[in-house]
Amino acid sequence: MSCRTTFSIVVVAVFGSANWAVAADKIRFATDIQPLFAQRCLECHGPDKQKGGLRLDRLDSLLREQKSGASAVVPGHLDKSEIIRRITSDDPDEVMPSKGEPLGADEIGKLKAWVASGAEFEAHWAYLPLSSGKPPKVGNETWVRNPIDRFILARLENEGIRPSPRADRHILIKRLYYDLIGLPPSPAEVDAFVSDESSDAYAALVKRLLASEHFGERWGRHWLDKGRYADSDGYEKDNPRPNAWYYRSWVLKAVKADMPMDQFAIEQIAGDLLPEAAPRQRLATAFHRQTLTNTEGGADQEEFRNAALFDRTETIGTIWLGLTLSCARCHTHKYDAIPQSDYYRLFAFFNNADETNYDLPLIGSPLEKYKEEKAAIEAELKVIDEEIAEAKTKHGDAFETWQTRLRERLAQENPPAFHDLAEMEVTSDVEGVGFEVEESGEVQVSGANPDGLMVFEVAGKAGTIGEPVTGIRLDVLTDKRLPANGPGRAPNGNFVLNEVELLRGETKLAFGGAKANHSQANFEVSKLIDGNRDKMSGWAVAPQLGKPHHAILNLKEPLEVEAGTPLTVLLVRNYDGEHTVGRFRVRLMTGEDAEAVAPKPIRDLLALKPEERDDKQKEALLDHFLRNVHEETKALFAKRDEAQKKMPKRPSARVRVVAERGSPRTTKILDRGDFLKPTDVEVKPGGLAVLPPIEGREEGKLDRLDFANWLVSEDNPLPPRVLANHLWDKLFGEGLVRTMNDFGVRGERPVHPELLDWLAADYRRLGWSRKKMIETIVTSATYQQASAHREELREIDPTNKLLARQNRFRVEAEIVRDLCLSVSGLLSDKFGGPSVFPPLPAGVAALSYSNNFKWKASEGEKRYRRGLYTFFKRTAPHPNLITFDCPDSNTTNVRRRSSNTPLQALTMMNNEVFVEASQAFAKRMLEMDAASDNHRMRQALRFCIGREPGNTETARFVDLLEKCRAYYQAHPESAPKLVGNYQPEGVGAPEAAAWVAAARTALNLDEFITRE
Amino acid sequence: MTKQRDIDVQAELAFTRRSFLNTAASGVGGIALASLLQQDGLLAAPAAPNPLAPKSPHFPGKAKNCIFFFMAGAPSQIDLFDPKPKLNELHGQVLPESMTKNVRFAFINKNAKLLGSSRTYKKYGQCGMEFSDLLPHLGSCADDLLMVRSLHSEQFNHHPGQLMMQCGRGTFGLPTMGSWLTYGLGSESQDLPGYVVLSSGVGSSGGATLWQSGFLPSTHAGVLFREQGEPVLNLANPDGLPPELQRASLDTLRDANQQRLELMRDPEIASRIASYELAYRMQSSAPELIDFSSESKATLEAYGVERDDPPNGGRGKSGNTAQSFGRNCLLARRMVERGVRFVNVIYASWDHHGNIDKELPYNAAVVDQPIAALIKDLKERGMLEDTMVVWGSEFGRTPLGQGDGSKSSGRDHHPFAFTMLMAGGGIKGGQVYGESDEFGWGVEDKPVHINDLHATMLHCFGLEHEQLTYRFQGRDFRLTDVGGKVIKDWLA
Repeated sequence: MSCRTTFSIVVVAVFGSANWAVAADKIRFATDIQPLFAQRCLECHGPDKQKGGLRLDRLDSLLREQKSGASAVVPGHLDKSEIIRRITSDDPDEVMPSKGEPLGADEIGKLKAWVASGAEFEAHWAYLPLSSGKPPKVGNETWVRNPIDRFILARLENEGIRPSPRADRHILIKRLYYDLIGLPPSPAEVDAFVSDESSDAYAALVKRLLASEHFGERWGRHWLDKGRYADSDGYEKDNPRPNAWYYRSWVLKAVKADMPMDQFAIEQIAGDLLPEAAPRQRLATAFHRQTLTNTEGGADQEEFRNAALFDRTETIGTIWLGLTLSCARCHTHKYDAIPQSDYYRLFAFFNNADETNYDLPLIGSPLEKYKEEKAAIEAELKVIDEEIAEAKTKHGDAFETWQTRLRERLAQENPPAFHDLAEMEVTSDVEGVGFEVEESGEVQVSGANPDGLMVFEVAGKAGTIGEPVTGIRLDVLTDKRLPANGPGRAPNGNFVLNEVELLRGETKLAFGGAKANHSQANFEVSKLIDGNRDKMSGWAVAPQLGKPHHAILNLKEPLEVEAGTPLTVLLVRNYDGEHTVGRFRVRLMTGEDAEAVAPKPIRDLLALKPEERDDKQKEALLDHFLRNVHEETKALFAKRDEAQKKMPKRPSARVRVVAERGSPRTTKILDRGDFLKPTDVEVKPGGLAVLPPIEGREEGKLDRLDFANWLVSEDNPLPPRVLANHLWDKLFGEGLVRTMNDFGVRGERPVHPELLDWLAADYRRLGWSRKKMIETIVTSATYQQASAHREELREIDPTNKLLARQNRFRVEAEIVRDLCLSVSGLLSDKFGGPSVFPPLPAGVAALSYSNNFKWKASEGEKRYRRGLYTFFKRTAPHPNLITFDCPDSNTTNVRRRSSNTPLQALTMMNNEVFVEASQAFAKRMLEMDAASDNHRMRQALRFCIGREPGNTETARFVDLLEKCRAYYQAHPESAPKLVGNYQPEGVGAPEAAAWVAAARTALNLDEFITRE
Repeated sequence: MTKQRDIDVQAELAFTRRSFLNTAASGVGGIALASLLQQDGLLAAPAAPNPLAPKSPHFPGKAKNCIFFFMAGAPSQIDLFDPKPKLNELHGQVLPESMTKNVRFAFINKNAKLLGSSRTYKKYGQCGMEFSDLLPHLGSCADDLLMVRSLHSEQFNHHPGQLMMQCGRGTFGLPTMGSWLTYGLGSESQDLPGYVVLSSGVGSSGGATLWQSGFLPSTHAGVLFREQGEPVLNLANPDGLPPELQRASLDTLRDANQQRLELMRDPEIASRIASYELAYRMQSSAPELIDFSSESKATLEAYGVERDDPPNGGRGKSGNTAQSFGRNCLLARRMVERGVRFVNVIYASWDHHGNIDKELPYNAAVVDQPIAALIKDLKERGMLEDTMVVWGSEFGRTPLGQGDGSKSSGRDHHPFAFTMLMAGGGIKGGQVYGESDEFGWGVEDKPVHINDLHATMLHCFGLEHEQLTYRFQGRDFRLTDVGGKVIKDWLA
């Protein structure tokens, strides 16, 4: 107090005016001095740079004697304080600030008053522990509904302002519906609420809406803005992420179930590290995977890995800490006390989390379906197994006979040999194909190579072989003259061969099996002999190109030939794009490949004497016989295989999550945030110096879970303040701290800091319950005020910081559409699930990269799902969303702006979705009972505005209706076009069209899309 | 209180003016309702001024409008603007290691061989500016053009590079050039958006992020004019709804909104009324804009709006691209005539990793004639003085070849030295600025960073690049990020 007194004397003495003395009493560092320093001084005298060794965000530096011998501030002594001398100096080399305009008279006055009054210094408000101030006393106790109102009213009473009256009940119910579930109340719901005289009608309505599934959608979407949720990768390729929606569903369900905000944070940041993490806790970490992915050719993955880490670090900084950490990525923060090393300490937590995929076990209906299908197939298998078991006892001596015969056959030992055809000639049915038959028997193909069917005919005679032909061998060979060395003629060296046939004279011979050293996936060698010449039924060899390959085709029955027997091999190709064999050799095969007679394990078993075989071996041999040889049982095994193939897999979805690395990465500070320029300074995971330290679960080791626990711990004052501010913003259209993403020294100081702290503390007291916190706010008298602007406040409080009224604001992009679909009766009320594709104007998706994505408009109910389910492609988002300020989801967004543009007007008037809503709305209105046009119109308007419309309003709309009616009666040919698919029964098209035009106008009312 | 009386009088006055506007119907109501309402003061209180109302620059500037030709995908400066005899001489050799030491590439490796240019060069105009044989028409504008051969960027993937060129930094969430200009200067157009985007070819990698408004209000986002169907999305009334009923609907809507405004006194309602009226005017002005029937046959021919598509094509072709691009050039002039501040004409793609000798001539033929026609047309109409024309891309292409050096070879991404063109709007033509080294690898003389380009562009518009700022997340952002210097040599 003595200081204050001295100060008054000093000031009066120095200025000879009482004005400053009056102001000086109110000078506070936090509200008057710190913002001025932040605005004009900290860039050069702050945490990052300290010109002349001085930093103005530290008391010790302010008071310290500098090299010049002067101190910046000597409390109580204007004449000795260098800062005062410099800001008032006439010398251009001396005057501060050195950049920009000199300080204004009132700024200088404030600084002088502050120094004179003793230079009281406070730490920045946002880093201090929550204050535990009691709600203040107020004059008008009757206005107060809960403690929030005391803070608001005390300030208003101090300023001599009366709060606004409670809003009309019609507005209150509309406000609650819009705010809590994002849907309009029906006229019946409005009537019920308005006529409910019970004292808890309002509270009951709040409870009902909070319990609604739609609350999860409404407030889940708010969170998804922060989580920068989207359905595609971003960057050039912007590939779709078809399973991204599992994270969205996780958020919606968590919000619906009112998961406490601390748990909500922990699971998203480090759900994978929780002890015995549940599948859905691992899924929650998909939060980190909402970062962009660059799959552009030639992109350096390390660069974009770092970009994602920056985003993770900064997103958390914005969402939970309200700090602009991004500044400290490149250099120590210019204004806030966040050194660059602090940034990389946080960064280090995420540097140790790797991106990974996780097969999320599905629950609910997919799981039920799986169980049903599995049981059905198990039952089927059981029946077959019984049949097999029975067959095993009934094979008689066939088993023994087979063993004997097979042993004999193997004993003959006739290894395969290959023989070229004599007098071989190669021709084609396509003109211009050249064949060069070389001495070696190899054939080089050249010349014409058209698309479609082409047959190579290899004709010749059998030489002197002396034993039966058992099959043919086809070699496909490489050659330098072929593209990529062949063996095919396609640019990559591949070929497709669809069918191979062997003819003796004119008789086609049957093949029994085919083998190759290699086959391309889906182009198996067996397709060469399946009798199918279709394009996709053929043999090919990618990716094993530039290498020779061969196929062996076994005849079903050995073929007796003599020298000179005419034989022809047909190579049938039915494919496009120059996929033709470029070099080949065809030979006859004699003898038998033991492997073709019986596989090695079976041959080994046969070699044993029956008495030497153990039970398992006996079983194996019998099994082989019954499965592959014995005609009576082969079908049974085939049936079993078929059934087994149908056995479903346990349903799961591959989702993008993160997982902790086994071996931690070393994190180094990056010079100016450049991943190519790591400095020598290594940092360990850790917290911010301005906040309480992080304590780990294990001594000397910190991981993401420790970080998450710390974030929402009792000691950390920022998250409850920041999160309470987010709620306030959604319910008042502005936060108590209006710079929602900047609680730092350059951010705006809250007008009601004590209220913010009370809310923050209450949030924790309520067990971090989002619903209870919202309930507290919306049941306050402050929230329930009317939102009409008040002339007398326009100059005193132009942006309504004192909250002497509620605010009016347009609803968000998704909700604009939801409202229209809802009143028209089209809106689907399905909750959760995959993204949908409502109609998109042609050409929008085509504008992004390479048309890599087709927007196929959804059918049926999916056209009418709520807006938050619309597929969000980052480089080509749905224009109806973007036009109404839906964020682009490339970075976190804690506050949407609300613009007001002609494109919005065009969208609501003319866009397909909104026109359809008008048509359906008109039909719905025409199908209701009404005594007159006027009556019907009143009903229609009530759907949009809740309240009863005024007489002139209704009359104005009826005027429009009549004008439209006259037009469509005169132009009946136009009417069906406007009515579209929504022609009500028993009404003429002109009448219906007139109502569509009127309904369309009603849906465009400002009041309809404004939360009042 | 007198104040209340004033308010009533002004409301009355406002109502009369609006009635006038109604009867005056569409585009004829020369003054935007928004500004009428604004003049009325009360109805559109200072809380919601028209964000696109024309604003004074920081100092008088020569440029008023800008047409930016964004050649997405990165054209080869070596084959268009920057002849390199030395490169041709050393064709097939590797670069000295000293030059490639600290660089990275997108696709090629350091052992790639130098690829000489198949083009021939010729000097044009009094200034003797050189252009390759692919750009004879642009050559004929040489004395009006500034050619900058020393641009460099630090981004070498397309999307970040494109963001860098449009936003001054290769990251997301920032406003694009056109947004900054309408933010700084507003729009002169009453009936059209201030920032328009036209696109030919396959579409750019960056998609809609290249005309986003970032953290600036969405009023400053570019509006994409479309080639097929309606020029602006949702411009046409629903089928079966004639203009007269559209007007009647809007009258009803306005009266109802007006009633709400009188009760709630929220200036946003006045803005909403104004938005609907501007939308209504756009419904007639946009179709008028794309209707070329008032253009002479000579003009249509000069711009090549009906010419045949050049042969070959590849990645630069999507339908008849030559006609599409010619139309967009003519549309750009018509927009500037109508007060549009910034027209971004995008043409993609120039990403010639292969087949450059086959495909580059196609792309060049698509743009050469119409852009030259536009520059001459602007000049004849006396519009070139205050219309800045810029031709550029996110980066250039490597002197090293990609592929085997045969005809199917191409070039890789190259941000270290590339070329841009500028004309009009206070730019001094007939000069070549800066130099790349003998291989076209690095900048030899007078390097120009993209931030410098933006700083100089803003300067031509009378805007001081360090003062054109917007506070976001605690920082004053600007188009020039943390760099940028005005290049005085460029100024007329």
